[in-house]
Amino acid sequence: MADLKPRSACADLLPLSRGALHLEELSWDPIWSISPFKGRGQAVSDALNAALGVGFPVPGTWDGGADLRAVWSGLDQAFLVGAVPPEGLAGQAALTDQSDSWATVALSGPDAEAVLARLVPVDLREAAFGVGRCIRTQVQHMTCVVLRDAPDRFVIMAFRSMAGTLVHELDVAMQGVAARMGA
Amino acid sequence: MRVEGYGRVDRDEPVTFSFDGKRYQGFAGDTLASALLANDITLMGRSFKYHRPRGVLSAGSEEPNALMTVKRAGGDDPNVRATVQEIFEGMQARSQNRWPSLEWDLLSINDLGAPFLGAGFYYKTFMWPKPFWEKVYEPLIRRAAGLGALDGAANGDSYEKAYAFCDLLVIGAGPAGLMAALTAGRAGVDVILADEDATPGGRLLSEDERIDGVPATDWVAAALEELEALPNVRVMTRTAVSGAYDQGTYAAIERVGHHLASAGGLPLECFWRIVAKRAILAAGAIERPVAFKNNDRPGVMTAGAMRAYLHRWGVAPAQNVVVFGNNDNAHRTARDLAAAGIHVAALVDSRADVAQSGDYQVIPGAMVSDVIGGRGGVQSVKVTSASGEESIQCGAVAMSGGWNPSVHLACHMNGRPTWNDAISAFVPTPGMVPGLQAVGAANGTFSTHGCLREGAAAAAEAARDLGYAVTEAILPEADDAPYALSPLWTVPHKGRAWLDFQNDVTVKDVKQAAKENFRSVEHMKRYTTQGMATDQGKNSNVAALAVLADATGRSIPETGTTNFRPPFVPVSIASMGAGAQGKGFAPERKTTSHAATVERGAPLIEAGLWYRPSYFPKSGERTWRESCDREVTMVREAVGVCDVSTLGKIDIQGPDAAAFLDFVYCNMFSTLKPGRVRYGLMLREDGHVMDDGTTARWGENHFVMTTTTAAAGLVMRHLEWVHQGLRPDMDVRFISATEQWAQFAVAGPKSRELLNGLLDTPIDSESWPFMACGPVSLMGVQGRLFRISFSGEHAYELAVPARYGDSLFRELVARAEGLGGGAYGMEALNVLRIEKGFITHSEIHGRVTADDIGMGRMVSAKKDCVGKTMSQRPGLSGPEREQLVGLKPVGAVKQLTAGAHLFEQGAEPNRANDHGYITSVGFSPTLGHFVGLGFLLNGRARLGETVKMVDHLREVETTCEVIDPVMFDQDGGRVRG
Amino acid sequence: MRLTCPICGDRDHREFFYQGAAVMLDRPAPEAGEAAWDDYLNLRENPAGDTRELWFHGGGCGAWLEVTRNTVTHAVSDVALARDAKGAKA
Repeated sequence: MADLKPRSACADLLPLSRGALHLEELSWDPIWSISPFKGRGQAVSDALNAALGVGFPVPGTWDGGADLRAVWSGLDQAFLVGAVPPEGLAGQAALTDQSDSWATVALSGPDAEAVLARLVPVDLREAAFGVGRCIRTQVQHMTCVVLRDAPDRFVIMAFRSMAGTLVHELDVAMQGVAARMGA
Repeated sequence: MRVEGYGRVDRDEPVTFSFDGKRYQGFAGDTLASALLANDITLMGRSFKYHRPRGVLSAGSEEPNALMTVKRAGGDDPNVRATVQEIFEGMQARSQNRWPSLEWDLLSINDLGAPFLGAGFYYKTFMWPKPFWEKVYEPLIRRAAGLGALDGAANGDSYEKAYAFCDLLVIGAGPAGLMAALTAGRAGVDVILADEDATPGGRLLSEDERIDGVPATDWVAAALEELEALPNVRVMTRTAVSGAYDQGTYAAIERVGHHLASAGGLPLECFWRIVAKRAILAAGAIERPVAFKNNDRPGVMTAGAMRAYLHRWGVAPAQNVVVFGNNDNAHRTARDLAAAGIHVAALVDSRADVAQSGDYQVIPGAMVSDVIGGRGGVQSVKVTSASGEESIQCGAVAMSGGWNPSVHLACHMNGRPTWNDAISAFVPTPGMVPGLQAVGAANGTFSTHGCLREGAAAAAEAARDLGYAVTEAILPEADDAPYALSPLWTVPHKGRAWLDFQNDVTVKDVKQAAKENFRSVEHMKRYTTQGMATDQGKNSNVAALAVLADATGRSIPETGTTNFRPPFVPVSIASMGAGAQGKGFAPERKTTSHAATVERGAPLIEAGLWYRPSYFPKSGERTWRESCDREVTMVREAVGVCDVSTLGKIDIQGPDAAAFLDFVYCNMFSTLKPGRVRYGLMLREDGHVMDDGTTARWGENHFVMTTTTAAAGLVMRHLEWVHQGLRPDMDVRFISATEQWAQFAVAGPKSRELLNGLLDTPIDSESWPFMACGPVSLMGVQGRLFRISFSGEHAYELAVPARYGDSLFRELVARAEGLGGGAYGMEALNVLRIEKGFITHSEIHGRVTADDIGMGRMVSAKKDCVGKTMSQRPGLSGPEREQLVGLKPVGAVKQLTAGAHLFEQGAEPNRANDHGYITSVGFSPTLGHFVGLGFLLNGRARLGETVKMVDHLREVETTCEVIDPVMFDQDGGRVRG
Repeated sequence: MRLTCPICGDRDHREFFYQGAAVMLDRPAPEAGEAAWDDYLNLRENPAGDTRELWFHGGGCGAWLEVTRNTVTHAVSDVALARDAKGAKA
């Protein structure tokens, strides 16, 4: 019997480069959403810290490093990226596997801010949105998670089914910015 | 003509361009207008209504006359203001609104008929016969009157939109704006300085002034250098701020590619939304003409424009000029022209006591009362004074009626400006736009020193407000001459004196409006069209208002202004909609089976944002119906596979999850056992059906809800509302899991056989009875299996993590084909569910209740739920309503059509006799006839009755029998099989 | 137009969905009677001045918000989480 073959959200679409700008798909796996039940926020954060060394992020931020992150993702909700939720969270929080829900891409380059300024209605300049910041917002018409993980690199998560549109929108903006930088 | 030793164009860089097919040369730094004047072209356009010859009036974005069409690679760009358009090598410009040529325009005959074409002419003349207005008069008028035309081809240019943020937005980079930006920038404030011109400097580029002892342009250059070195300051040139909106949002239009011969990937324009905590309006002022006879002749322009052409572009419209004004600016113009070697034939000043200001004749207490000339330009002017009338020869006229501060942006949020008698102009009223302060000429302060002072002060105040420490800079030394003026709006004369050049509105038209009792400024505007052209009356509003005030015996402030509305300058719709064409219009949602579906040649249909297969054609099938019939039969007789991932899936967890579901669904979920699925109906609070779907109890405190594809977002928002807004006491959490799972319906008598070939542990009817659910393992992958059916067959929905969706779909279809089945699309899915009487949003379209669809008893009596109270209102249930029924054709006509209405046999098919309508139809290969679902008055009591279906649009009339909506396998034996 | 979401901060209006008057927070008891329900569902004030409105931050954190906004000046004087506003009344 044949095996089921996995296929990533942006297969055949990425990577691509425009000038000094680069767009690639990230294989963030697993991704679990964690929503603490009433009054369990601190307990959940403590359990996460004890098991994995990251806390439940405050709104607008993410915590962790390259391999393991806790990414704030909405009201009372965060994504744990790179690990399954530790045992201690059972009954403390709603836990849902989101590993296949997202098209996750990284946009990098010195003008990455200018690219997102064409798509995202939020101030993403470094003074307002430095490394460690993370928001829910819109990229053109898509609701997304946008975070900065290096001075010249952003990670954007959009619904998996919208991967094609996400890449299209980013590519158009990248081309416009690349043309300006070349002009 | 060029004036030697003047101008800031680059004479080492010639630029060749063409106008109306003739080649000309200008220099880098020229606008189209300055380059044409340099080539002695004064005739630049024809007026809107009378086709009068017109030249350039201004030197800025307010230009009403010199509108042209520029040919671009992406298509013709009409109504380009020659005063704004920078020339580039090879540029091709054309004049507009003339035929056959600009010099010989046949429709200039309109000008001879002018006595009959005054204000209100259209309204009074083209009244009869009535149908002629739409068919004859309007098209004729539209052809005769107008501006440039689009070329009819799709716009090939690209546009961009973008967001920007700052603490302080400085609008305009003249002396006030530059000083404001310097002051705030030095204090560390996050500043955007936006200027509509290609080169910052504002009026300083157009005057001969010194700041701090150096030429003003040197000071500008130094200021720019300093600003550009500040990391906290962003200078945006060619960027006109076009609107002020709520909470510090400003719109701006940037001309990115208009001045380039080749765009090289750049957009033509970028539409900016700038969010600023504070704003400083330093937009300057616009000089106003004086209304005298024939003041619209080519060669007559504002005095400030003439100075600008001289100082900035080294151009003069003639060698011999008359200057006419009511203020000191006129003297400045005469002085500058004379210094440049232009002969000033006379300076005509309407004020009686004015001193000699230079080496030219000054005529005090006099007015220019007529301009003699033609389309070739000015030949002479008539000057009227107490001592009589004299004729003075000249080739051009510079006129100045004073300056109007550019208050527009300050008034965009419905504020009214304040009349200032000292300058006879409106100035911004403080606080009209929260956070915005006007400075300099925009605030009615015209001296350079005053501009610098106000710019610095406003910036310092804004910076302090924002928490920055500011050290007061020493203001540079600059001109501080007073601005003296005596109001002059019109020169009394019998002839036509123009107020609104672009829309051909004269003093007489405004007086006529007043005479006909259009006394309100808003009425006058609409009656005469004054102020309605692309310049939006920037050149004419205040003068027209003054004429109206005079004609109605009121003061100007009493008469009031019209509303100022965005945009301040014309903004292309293409730029506002940038990125939203084609693929950018809306996100495209694609299922994991998309590639395999397209490979199989399935046409796609849109379902919300999703793309789903309509049907999967097999070779030899000629119509979609053949494919659909085959797919339906395949499901009924073997097994079919269909991607149902688009249905909303919401993961619901928490101690109160069951109680919460009891509250959002009208039926009970707290009684559902783990490992089982139940159909649920959701109501709106007004008692009507919102959505339906199945919800599985995955664990004690864990449910998986499915919604319809169309309502997935709506239901998610509704759940959040009910939780956060109505029941925040409940401990429950939701997250969408729609994207996580690739979910496939496997339906038909052979569905279990197919699944058991894939599942690591085979299932049977004991372990997976109807409405069971649970985790499964297939080929080593953890999935979910639900035994639910939307076809009425023995069916399952199998879900795997989306990464495996493509692979699983291919595998399922291959195996189904091996069993005599295959993939099926939306058409077959629709027929299958209609045969079973299952509803979709075609039925629950927002106006039906649970009782209407035969589910009234699902509204549980044991608990409260959203919509329960209202669903029990009289009139929302019962036989006086239209109820869900099935329909089948029984007469000679065999067709049913969705949207058709139902009538009693023999009744006239009109609205009064309407008994209902059809919502869904399909041809059932299973039953051998069309089947339909619809709503019929008291329908449940009318089973077996014959009714008439009439489709007035498609002209179809079919005799139908009313049947049970469940038309196939009524006892449900197959689904349990 | 911009709203300051208590969770996300100052955001453009395009991220928000407008629902209507915030009276929807005050759901009557099932037995409150026809007049109370009619009032709740159908009858709305239309003041020239401050209104209490419901907005949903669907393009952001997903919070339902109670916004106090002036219909004349468009000034937004308060934005609170709907669940807090509800909690405060309870």
